Amino acid sequence: MSNNINNVTANRETALHVMKEKDMNQVNKTAKIMKVLGYIAVYAFLILMAFIVLFPFYWMIISSLKSWQEYNLAVPTLWPQVIHFENYAVALERANLERVFGNTVYVGVVSTLLSLIITILSAFAFARLEFKGRDALFAGLLATMMIPGELFTITNYQTTFYFGWGDTSKWGFTILIVPFLVSTFYIYLLKQNFLQIPNELYLAAKVDGVSDFKYLWKVMIPLAFPTIISITILKMMGAWNTYVWPNLVIKDKDYLLVTNGIREGDYSVAGAVDMVNYPLQMAAVAMVSIPLFMVFLFFRKYIMKGVSRSGIKG
Amino acid sequence: MVDSKQQWKAWLYLAPALILLAIFTVWPILNTSIMAFQEGYNEMDALRLGRWGFPIGLGNFERVLNYSKFWSALQNTLILCIPTVLISTLLALIISVCLNSIKPLQRFLQTIYFLPYVTNSLAIGMVFAAMFNIVGTTAAENPVISTYGIINNIIMMFGGDPINWINAGSTYETKLIVVMIYIIWNALPFKILILLGALQSVNKQYYDAAKIDGTGKVRTFVRITIPLLSPMITYVVITGFIGGFKEYSSVVGIFDDAMARTGQLNTMVGLIYTSITNSNTGVASAAALILFAIIFVITMINLAISKKTTYY
Repeated sequence: MSNNINNVTANRETALHVMKEKDMNQVNKTAKIMKVLGYIAVYAFLILMAFIVLFPFYWMIISSLKSWQEYNLAVPTLWPQVIHFENYAVALERANLERVFGNTVYVGVVSTLLSLIITILSAFAFARLEFKGRDALFAGLLATMMIPGELFTITNYQTTFYFGWGDTSKWGFTILIVPFLVSTFYIYLLKQNFLQIPNELYLAAKVDGVSDFKYLWKVMIPLAFPTIISITILKMMGAWNTYVWPNLVIKDKDYLLVTNGIREGDYSVAGAVDMVNYPLQMAAVAMVSIPLFMVFLFFRKYIMKGVSRSGIKG
Repeated sequence: MVDSKQQWKAWLYLAPALILLAIFTVWPILNTSIMAFQEGYNEMDALRLGRWGFPIGLGNFERVLNYSKFWSALQNTLILCIPTVLISTLLALIISVCLNSIKPLQRFLQTIYFLPYVTNSLAIGMVFAAMFNIVGTTAAENPVISTYGIINNIIMMFGGDPINWINAGSTYETKLIVVMIYIIWNALPFKILILLGALQSVNKQYYDAAKIDGTGKVRTFVRITIPLLSPMITYVVITGFIGGFKEYSSVVGIFDDAMARTGQLNTMVGLIYTSITNSNTGVASAAALILFAIIFVITMINLAISKKTTYY
C-alpha cells in the first residue's frame, strides 16, 4: 500500500517536474545534440590529422615492399600485389647499411657512456659541492646553449684536423665522438634532478663516513634514474640522426653513420643509372626508421618527458 | 661548509667536462669570432702567413653581404621559417585543444601525433620526395610518365591536374611548398607535446567559472585558454624560429646536399658549410656570427612581444 502511494506521489511530482521543465528540456536537447555533433567533429578532425601524420610511414612501408614495376603503375596500389622482402636485402648492400649501422651503434654506445660519466660527475659537483665561482660558472655554461652549433663547427673542424684526427681511417670514431661528449643541457637537466634530492641524505651519508662515489652510485643515480634514461635515449637518437658533422669530416667512407649511408646509397635501377629505384630507397629508409620506432614504443614515457624539457632534437 | 677539501674535489669532478668544454666550446666561440674579423682568412694562406697574418677588418662581413648566394639563402631561410612556424603552431594549438577535450583514444592519438618526432629527418625527407616525385621524363614535349606520384594521384582523384612539384623544370614555389609541408609535418609533434602538457595543467576552476557565467566556447578559448597558454606558445614559437633558422637537413632529405648548399634552395647553414669545405674559414665565421645575430634578435623580439601579451 504505502509503496503504491509513494509511487503515485512520485509520479505526480515527476509530472509536475516535466511540465515545469518542458521548455528547459527542449533547450537541453538541442544543447545535447550540439554537444554530440561537436564530439563527432572533433574526433573526425583528430582522426583525419592522424591519417595525415601516419601517411608517409604507410607509404614508406608499402613502397619498400613493391617491385619497381608495381611502384610505377599509373594507378597506385594501396597494398603490394606481391610482397618483395628481398628489397631489404638489396638495399642493405647498396647503401652499405651493415657497416654504417655498426658504426652508428658503436659511436652511439661509446659516446653515451662517456657522456653520462662526465655529465653525472659535473652535475654532482654543481648540485652538491660548494666551491668558489660555482653559480657564475654554471650561468656561463647555460649561456653557451644559445649559440648556434655551426659557430662551434667551424673551429672544431680546424681543431680536430690540428690534432691529426682528420686522418679518418685512423681516427674516424674519435673525430665523431670526442667533440660532442659534453652537453651543457644534459648537465643542467641532471643537476636540477639532483637538487630535488634532499641535502640531508648527503650530510647523513657524510656523517656515516660514506664516500662521495658510493653515495653517488647508491643514492643519487638510482633516484635520478628516469632522467639518466632520458639522457641516454636522446643521446643515442642523436647519434642515429647526425648528418652534418660526419658528412663534413669523414673522408674514409667506412666511418660514415646511418644518415650519411642512406643519403649516399646507390639506388639506381639496373640498366638505367639515372633512374632511382624508389622501392629500394624506401627499404633503406625503413630500416633506418624502424629501430627508432621500437625504441620509442619501449621508452615512450622517458622520451616524451626528456623532449618536453629540452626543446631540442637529439 | 666551504672547506678547501671540497674545493679541489669539486674541480676534480668538473675537470673532464671543463677540459672538453674549453677545447670544443669556449675556444670555438673566441676563435670563430676572431677569424670573422680577420680579412680573407682561409686555410691555405694561414699555412703561409701564420695564424695572425691577416689584416683586421670587416672584409669578411662585406664579402658575405655582397655575395648573392647569401641573400638567396637568407630569403629561403625566412620563407621556410616564418610561415611554417606560424602554421604549425596554430595547427598544434587546435589539435591540442581538441585532444584535451576528449577522453577515449586521447593517449593513443597523442602517441601517433608524436611519431614524426622520433624519425630521422633526412630519411623521412626522402619519403616525402618519393611521394611528390614524378617518375618519367617531364620534358615539355613528349612527356613519358609512368607514375605521377601518390600526392598527384590524390589530387587527380579529386579532379585536379597533376603538378610538377620537385622534378626537373618545377618552379621555385612548388619546391618551397614541398619543403614547407615537410617542415610543418615534422614540427607538429614537439609543439603538440608542449601545448597539450600545458593545457592539461591548467586549473579547471577557470573553466568552471566561465561556465557558470555562461561564457561561450569561442570566448572561453580566446579569453582563457590562449592567455593561460601564452608562455608555452611563446616557448614553442621561439624554439621553432631558432630551429627554422638552422634549417638544412629537410632540404637535403627532399633534394640533395647540392640543393641545400649551392642550389636554388640553399639555406644559411648550407652556406656556412660550403664555406667551411672551401676553406674560406673567415667568410664562414662571419656568416655564422650573422646567423647568431639574427637568431639573437629574433629571440629578443619574440620575448619583447610576449612580455606584452603574456598574462602571467
